Amino acid sequence: MKVSFRGGVHPAHHSKRPTQHLPVEAFVSDTVRIIMSMHIGAPSTPCVKKGDLVKVGQVIGEPVGALGIPVHASVSGEVIAVEKIPYLGAQPVECVTIRNDFADTWVELNPLGNVESVDPALIVPAIKNAGICGMGGASFPTHIKLSPREGQQCETILVNGAECETHLTADHRLMLENSDRIVDGVRAAMRAVNAKEGIIAIEDNKPDAIKAMIKACHGRENVRVQVMRTKYPQGGEKQLIEACTGKQVPSGKLPLDVGVVVLNVGTCAAIADAVIDGKPLIERITTVTGGVRNPANLLLRIGTITEDVIGHCGGFAVTPGKVCFGGAMTGLCLPNISIPMAKSTNGIVVYSEEEAASVEEDACIRCGKCVSVCPIGLNPFEIKLAADKDDMEKAKSLNVMDCVLCGCCSFECPARRWLTASFKMAKQKIAAQAKAKGGK
Amino acid sequence: MSLITSTAPHIRSRLNTQKIMLNVIISLLPCALAGIFYFGYRAAIVMAVAMVSAVAAEFIWQKLAKKPVKVNDCSAAVTGLLLALCITPTAPWWMVMIGSVFAIIIVKQLFGGIGDNFLNPALAARAVLLASWPARMTAHIAVTTFPGVDVVASATPLAGGEASMLQLLFGQVPGAIGETCKIAILIGFVYLLITKTITFEVPVVTMLSAFVLSWALGMNPVTTVLSGGLLFGAVYMATDYTTSPMNRWPRVIYAAGIGCMTVLIRKFGAYPEGVTYAILLMNILTPLLDRMLPNRVYGHSRKKEAK
Repeated sequence: MKVSFRGGVHPAHHSKRPTQHLPVEAFVSDTVRIIMSMHIGAPSTPCVKKGDLVKVGQVIGEPVGALGIPVHASVSGEVIAVEKIPYLGAQPVECVTIRNDFADTWVELNPLGNVESVDPALIVPAIKNAGICGMGGASFPTHIKLSPREGQQCETILVNGAECETHLTADHRLMLENSDRIVDGVRAAMRAVNAKEGIIAIEDNKPDAIKAMIKACHGRENVRVQVMRTKYPQGGEKQLIEACTGKQVPSGKLPLDVGVVVLNVGTCAAIADAVIDGKPLIERITTVTGGVRNPANLLLRIGTITEDVIGHCGGFAVTPGKVCFGGAMTGLCLPNISIPMAKSTNGIVVYSEEEAASVEEDACIRCGKCVSVCPIGLNPFEIKLAADKDDMEKAKSLNVMDCVLCGCCSFECPARRWLTASFKMAKQKIAAQAKAKGGK
Repeated sequence: MSLITSTAPHIRSRLNTQKIMLNVIISLLPCALAGIFYFGYRAAIVMAVAMVSAVAAEFIWQKLAKKPVKVNDCSAAVTGLLLALCITPTAPWWMVMIGSVFAIIIVKQLFGGIGDNFLNPALAARAVLLASWPARMTAHIAVTTFPGVDVVASATPLAGGEASMLQLLFGQVPGAIGETCKIAILIGFVYLLITKTITFEVPVVTMLSAFVLSWALGMNPVTTVLSGGLLFGAVYMATDYTTSPMNRWPRVIYAAGIGCMTVLIRKFGAYPEGVTYAILLMNILTPLLDRMLPNRVYGHSRKKEAK
């Protein structure tokens, strides 16, 4: 039986994914720029200095705070700069630049071996030491997800193979080419938290991936594939849980409160690498598509510079208007292409000037389309009116904090209103106000 | 190289306000053609006057009020056409013009323009015309299959005229320009559904509730749903975005209210027809219905929602 959630949209670009049949190829550039804040939580502290020689997998950033994870060198070579650079957010971030010597000398690894026989207590520390954070986009540190608090019990490891975003095929290719690794990672996560079942959820537009994963699950304990209807945002954490378990995460709570931990397929493969081989997270698959000459699925070292990636893909095929990390529904715009990709960069999508042209906002005609597509059941048009008047109390009472910023309402709105953008601002504003209040 | 940065999403659906309004106009073409076929050139004149004066009124208002001129969103044209289709083909040009101007200026623009009016502009204008010139508004003519041939005044089936099922279905009865030919309305309905301009709930529930209540009251339910402006109102007027509820259950209640109220007015009221007032009444209740029955928000308990 195929499962789904209420609301959602079918973006037109959904069916057009030129990279879905292209095997993953590795690309290693001569310089990487590794930023220290690739995860949610305090940035790591660089522990190397200019001129140091580093090996692949060597820790170059020490974790800070409860959510901290280490950062590793993704190539071997010489550190040529440790500096603050502008990144996607407002604040500049600490960055370590390494010139690749192409020798690929690794640090000594500490493999734990077979996921079925390893001591479960060693799994979460191994995940932390490997610097793993959510690779589907949100970059939440994985070891925290797998550390239930007092009174919480993880029943289900829910693995996100929906890849519902437009353009992206990184998870799709991973499921086809590395299915066993994913299942190993799921088993490791299950054993770490003593979960009863593992569910690998995939949209029905990827029949080959479904087949490959069913095959990989064969003979493995309590792991199964769940087929879902193709609809955006099927891969949103809340929607995925609703579709696969029938449960809803209470407002303001975490999936663990309903006994679920959601992990991306890429994260699972990284967990398997960390446990079986002791390998830290130093590379990932990224889909490069849109206005580039040769779209591709690339296995990139973390910190590869966008410009190098686009160059490797034959350069721009259009006059670029926008370059984004991630798909069209939630992707983040790059201010320039010297920005390096990070652990959560599942795609680099180039839009032409025409595609990127700004759309003018018209008056709301109250068609109700935003209401019918909202997977959370909000009234986006009404929240937008409150947000435009800067009435944060009203926005809060209309549950803007439950908004997952999926973009469905903005996508669907015939008046082209910037709904999602204003909710993002409202959420930030309300969070800042709450913080200021708490600080007094 | 300078890149544009903006907040996601980076793609938008193809349907915009203008395309939605054009879809409505396209879906009204069968009704308009049927009107011309049955009632001749007079129908064409009424439609032309109504549309031109609606667009002109909107244009002049937006110019005078120093607002951005948005007549090319086609919403005023839709209002004009809807008004023309729900009045009699014998309506004099000045009456049609007054109706259009009233719909655009008083009902739509004075309340804030597109999206902010609380009544359906075309219907409110029709109600005003009906109240101001009752005799002219009900001066219906018999249909002719030869456009241009002079016709004699005649009673609509609701006002006591006789008509067979087939005549009702194909619109060979006296009535408003676009309301008589049910087949044409159904074709338009299907088009609106296919283009996802409207959803099926409101028209279907309206018709069903009218059918059931008229049956319960001992009226002929088939004649009830096939006569007068009920089907036209259910498909084109009750589904107006701005004045109908957004949430599913409020939509159902709203539609059931229209169906039932129409039948009650027809049965017990002084007017032979009740669709206009039924829809206007439910328009007024729309904000209340949406407020009383909000959608359940993901992750919120039902209990909390009830307070």
